[in-house]
Amino acid sequence: MKYLVCVKQAPDTAELPKVKAEEAASGELSIQLVVNPWDEHALESAIQSSEDYGGSVGVITVGGEKAIDALRSGLAMGCAEATLIEDTEADAWGVATLLAAAIEQMGDVDLVFTGQLTVDGNSGMVPIALARKLGWPVLTGVAKIIEVTDDSIVVERVVGEARLTVKTQAPAVLSVIKEIGEPRYPTFIKIRKAARVKIPTLTASDLGVDAPAPVVQMDNYRKPPARDAHVQLFDNASDLVDALLAEKVL
Amino acid sequence: MQILVFIETDGGAAVASSWEALGKALSLTDQVSALVIGENVGDVAAEAGSRGAKTVYVIDDASRALFDLDLYAADASNVLSQSEADAFLASHTGNGRDLMAAVGFDLQAGVLADCLDLSADGDKLVGLRPIYSGNILVDATTSGPVQLATLRPRAAAPAEPTGASADIVSVTPAAVAGRVEVQKVERAEAGEISLTDANVIVSGGRGVSKDPELGFKLIGELADTLGAAVGASRAAVDAGFIEYKHQVGQTGKVVRPDLYIACGISGAVQHLAGMNASKVIVAINKDSEAPIFSVANYGIVGDLFDVVPAMNEAAKGKL
Ligand SMILES: Cc1cc2nc3c(=O)[nH]c(=O)nc-3n(C[C@H](O)[C@H](O)[C@H](O)COP(=O)(O)OP(=O)(O)OC[C@H]3O[C@@H](n4cnc5c(N)ncnc54)[C@H](O)[C@@H]3O)c2cc1C
Ligand SMILES: Nc1ncnc2c1ncn2[C@@H]1O[C@H](COP(=O)(O)O)[C@@H](O)[C@H]1O
Repeated sequence: MKYLVCVKQAPDTAELPKVKAEEAASGELSIQLVVNPWDEHALESAIQSSEDYGGSVGVITVGGEKAIDALRSGLAMGCAEATLIEDTEADAWGVATLLAAAIEQMGDVDLVFTGQLTVDGNSGMVPIALARKLGWPVLTGVAKIIEVTDDSIVVERVVGEARLTVKTQAPAVLSVIKEIGEPRYPTFIKIRKAARVKIPTLTASDLGVDAPAPVVQMDNYRKPPARDAHVQLFDNASDLVDALLAEKVL
Repeated sequence: MQILVFIETDGGAAVASSWEALGKALSLTDQVSALVIGENVGDVAAEAGSRGAKTVYVIDDASRALFDLDLYAADASNVLSQSEADAFLASHTGNGRDLMAAVGFDLQAGVLADCLDLSADGDKLVGLRPIYSGNILVDATTSGPVQLATLRPRAAAPAEPTGASADIVSVTPAAVAGRVEVQKVERAEAGEISLTDANVIVSGGRGVSKDPELGFKLIGELADTLGAAVGASRAAVDAGFIEYKHQVGQTGKVVRPDLYIACGISGAVQHLAGMNASKVIVAINKDSEAPIFSVANYGIVGDLFDVVPAMNEAAKGKL
C-alpha cells in the first residue's frame, strides 16, 4: 500500500488576523508559516492507516522553495519520503493538475489523503479537482477509516448532518476532517532524521505538464470592517434577555 | 445574465440553504432556472417554480436517491449545456462544494467558492470571497467558459414561495456508473438544528469544566428555549465534553447566526474565525478580561452555571 498526503504550507492560525491586504495580494506574507492544520489530520490518518494496514506514506506539496519546511514536518511525523513541486503561480486547478501529474509519474500510489480546507485559500476545491484529473473516486468529509484492502476502502463520512458508511475502489482521493485523529507529536529523533532527508524538487516541465492559467481573478483585497466592539455589560440575565428581544435577535 | 441554481435534496426534501442560493440568483436577474436531482423530488421541483425559477430541470431516479458525485456532476454538466446558462450557483454545503468543484474542473471554469455575497457587473458575476479565514475579503471573478459560484449558508435571504409555476423539464439521468457504495446512512435526530443554518447558537467552552455534563445540559436547555443549535469550542470538544460536530472555529464549522451566545469561551482567534461574523455576540464569562468581550455586543461577567439557567428562566417568561 502506498499512501500520499498532500499538504500546503499556510499561515499559523494564531497570526492570521495580522495578514495585511497588500501581503495577501502579493502572496508574500511576513507571518509564520506552518502545515495547514487540516493537513496535519490527513498526515495522521495516512500514517495511522499505514500502521494498521501496512505500507508506506509519502508527502507532497506545491509551493515555493520554503514549503520544504512543511514537508519536513510530514517526515518528522512519520512519512518515509517527500516531494516538492516548485510553483507559486498555480490556483486550485493548477495545483490539482501538478499533483495529478506527480502522482501519475510515481505510478504506485493507492490512496491520496488531503485536508478538507486550507486556512488561507479557503476553497476546498483541490481534492475534488485532483480526483477528477486522475479519474479516481473522491470521498470528502472523511471522519474514520474503517477498512483498507489492496483495491478498496471503507470509510465513515460526515455530509451535512448525516453520517454515511461508504465503500469505494482504490486508488482514490480522501479529504479528511479533524475527527479522524489528532496529529501525533514528532519525537526529537524523528525531527533530526527528517532534517537530513534529501527532498527532490520537481517543476511543471519535469512533470511534462503545463499548469492551466488561473481562472479565478481576485481584486480589491481588503480587511473586513471591524466589529463595532463596544460591549454592554449587564448584571442580570433578565435585562440581557430584554436587550436581545429589543435587538430582534430572539 | 441567465443563472442555473442547484437545489440540493436529501430524502426527497430540499436542503434549506438551496433556497438562499435561489433567492440570491433572483436578486441578480429574472432569468433563473433550477436543477433538482434526487428520488421522488417532484414536490421540490414544483416548489422551485413557486419560489421563482422559470424553468426547472428535474432528474428523478432511484439511482439519484443519495448524492453521488460522479452521477450528479455528469447530470449537472448535461443540464448546464442544455440550459445555456452563463452561471451556475449552489449553496456551499459539502455536496454543493463537491459538485461545483467537479463541474468546474471538468469544464476548466473557475469557481467562486463560499461567497458571502454575489453581485452582477453586466454579465460578470462578482463574488465577495473571504480568504485567510475571513481576515481578508476580495472581489472575485472568473474567466472560464461558464461562471460557477457557491454561496455560504445564511449569506442571503431565501426565495419565498409566490404561487408561480415553472416549466418542468424532465431530464434523463446521465449514463454513468457510480463507484461509491453507500452501506449505511445515519441521519441527524429529527428536530436537530444544524449549526450552519441556525438563527441562534448557544456555545459552551472549557468554562464548563467543573461539571461538564451539567454545563452542557444547561446550555442545551437554554438552546431548546431559544430554538437554537448547540455549539462548542475546540477545548470542550478535545476534552470529550461534546462531539466534534458541534465545534465552531478554524478547524470546525464557520457559522453566522443572528445571535451567538458564548458561555465559558475565552475567545481565541481560532474560535473567532468561526463565529465573528455573527450579527450579535453575547459573552458569558467569569473573567472580565477575556478576549471574547472585545468582540461581544452584550455580556455578563459571571459564572455560567448561574447565568445560563437564569437566562433560560428569563427567556421562558418573555418568549
Ligand atoms: C490549528 C488550531 C486550530 C484550532 N481550531 C479551533 C476551533 O476550530 N475552534 C476553537 O474553539 N478553538 C480552536 N483552536 C483552539 C483555540 O486556540 C483555543 O485553545 C480554544 O478555542 C479555547 O477554548 P475555550 O475558550 O473553551 O477554553 P479557554 O481558553 O480555556 O477558556 C475558557 C474560558 O472560560 C472561562 N470560565 C471558566 N470557568 C467559567 C465559569 N464557571 N463560568 C463562566 N466562565 C468560565 C474562563 O474565564 C475562560 O475565559 C485551534 C487551535 C489551533 C492551534
Ligand atoms: N499547494 C498545495 N500543495 C499540496 N496540497 C494542497 C495544496 N493546496 C491544497 N492542497 C490540498 O487540498 C486541500 C484543500 O485545499 P483547498 O482546496 O485549497 O482549500 C488541502 O487541505 C491540501 O491537502
